[in-house]
Amino acid sequence: MTAIVCKDLCKTFQQGDEIITGLENVSITIEEGDFVCLSGPSGSGKTTLLNAMGGLDTPDSGQILIGNTRLDQLGKGALADMRLNKIGFVFQSYNLIPVLTARENVEFVMQVRGVPAKERASRSFKILKEVGLQGMENRRPAQLSGGQQQRVAVARAIVGHPALVLADEPTANLDTLSSSQLMELFVELNHHHNITFVIATHDVRVMRYAKRLIKMQDGKIISDDTQEQINTRDK
Amino acid sequence: MLTLAWRNLWRNHRRTVIMLAAITVGVWAMIFMTALMRGMVDDMLHNGIRNLPGEVQIHNRAYRDDPSINNSIPAPDKNLLKALQSDTVKAWTQRVRVPAVISSERDSRGVTLLGVEPQSEVKIGFSLDSISEGRFLSDNNDDGLVIGARLAERLETRLGKRVVIMSQDPKNNIAERGFRIIGIYKAKLASLEERYVYTGLETVQTLLKMKNRVSEIAITGEDYRNVSSWYPAIEKAAGKNMQTLPWYQIDTYLSSMLKMMDGFVLVWIIVVFLALSFGLVNTLVMAVFERVHEIGLMQALGMRPSMILYQILLESLLLLIIGLLAGNVLAIGTVIPLQDGIDISAVAEGMEMMGSSSILYPALKLNDMLLANTVVIFLGVLTSILPAWRAARFDPVEALGKE
Repeated sequence: MTAIVCKDLCKTFQQGDEIITGLENVSITIEEGDFVCLSGPSGSGKTTLLNAMGGLDTPDSGQILIGNTRLDQLGKGALADMRLNKIGFVFQSYNLIPVLTARENVEFVMQVRGVPAKERASRSFKILKEVGLQGMENRRPAQLSGGQQQRVAVARAIVGHPALVLADEPTANLDTLSSSQLMELFVELNHHHNITFVIATHDVRVMRYAKRLIKMQDGKIISDDTQEQINTRDK
Repeated sequence: MLTLAWRNLWRNHRRTVIMLAAITVGVWAMIFMTALMRGMVDDMLHNGIRNLPGEVQIHNRAYRDDPSINNSIPAPDKNLLKALQSDTVKAWTQRVRVPAVISSERDSRGVTLLGVEPQSEVKIGFSLDSISEGRFLSDNNDDGLVIGARLAERLETRLGKRVVIMSQDPKNNIAERGFRIIGIYKAKLASLEERYVYTGLETVQTLLKMKNRVSEIAITGEDYRNVSSWYPAIEKAAGKNMQTLPWYQIDTYLSSMLKMMDGFVLVWIIVVFLALSFGLVNTLVMAVFERVHEIGLMQALGMRPSMILYQILLESLLLLIIGLLAGNVLAIGTVIPLQDGIDISAVAEGMEMMGSSSILYPALKLNDMLLANTVVIFLGVLTSILPAWRAARFDPVEALGKE
């Protein structure tokens, strides 16, 4: 089954008098259960592609399909619903709501969806346990380490069983140990729950966990390899 | 959503407390000042209605144009008596009310002679406590005279002295007789003390050869504001030959004063709110401005723009509700100790000119409180829409990029 399809995506930005190319005819198909890393230098278009795939930004042209729904044709409200029900986000700088506890942050998405309180509580406790934060449910973000905050963000991203989790530089603010723990968590979730991950990163250690590595440069895809192809090439 | 709104409210304690203090003081000012103004107007209206007196009066149809003895009415018939004994009627009385001249051995004055039924006159509003010397009339045949303290002063007469009352009978003949002053009363308004003199109803009817006829029937209910609910039944019972009018039609000055007061209360509440609204909008704009990134995050997580709008409005609503609660409690807490009245005798003469007395009784009305609360909630939410709408329109990518 296909998780998401992008066809001929183009996106430009105006910066003063200059027009910058964010994406240029980008086409990719990501299968369900895939574990994809988007790599490339800063300004290569990774985040722009991720934002477009997540419905946070709309491309100038091209198509984005999740199931039978074309994201590029949806209005603001419908895009919000799509993000709420089909997509999970993990951001670089944790991005938790500071006034809510870990549990409440995880429950936030379910609450917006209208999930009953009892079910929200049971699912959030379960998922926080799964990401290794048992006993820390009632701590606020300021009382958690960077790694722990990112785990809360992961729990929030996956608690609604999304078709796709998009992670933008999720390890950028973490130390080596926390980074590898987070990536192992991603792999575990991908393996056990068949959750599709698309991770934008320029961290080589993160790329090693990918089943598929897409390299970008100047808004274009310059290579799209499986881990086996990379390993074979490296040998 | 409520938890989030509540916690967001207390993110910046100082700012929230300052804004709450402003709303509290504003609401207090609205309610407290309204209670003072309402008390003053109530007093003016009560005095005015007492001058009439009665909340509803029944007259001969020609009486208002020519309040002479010729335009009298018969005593109430069975139908009218039945209506006058209904639950909505608190008290009623009948009077002869004619212009007259009172003369002492020193001076003469033009007055209004009232021939009254003492028992029902007391029920309808004459206060026995206002008798400063002597006594009030005992029955309808009492031929003593009760005059105001100021009139006694003007006539240079006193309790127990005799005076002469002169008026006209229905045939325009002079009718006069001597009366002994049996009582002197003090009124809230000195002008009333000079105007009205009281004697027994039948005494006046005999003097003016009126038999059982009277000038007016006066009726009061429980609240002068609710007259319209019960006076049509009286009007119907009185019949078409008689004119039944509520106080606001008899004295249009009083009714326009009440309407003006209602309008003034609303204007006052809105003016206070406008001053408040600057602070409220500023607080919300700052709260939104500080949380652009977070709002972007909520959008990214799937919150619809309408829900962002609702979230910000909920914060505003919470702020308003807490401020309103505190403001209401403060207003009630300051009005209750003043229920016995505020002495404003320093400006009593000026107040009297306006028809108000020298003790001001604040009147805390539920309707005024509801009006203040409704205006604050309604306009508060309305003014919060702009910052909330701006928050709802953020571009999630741009908002997420702001720290």
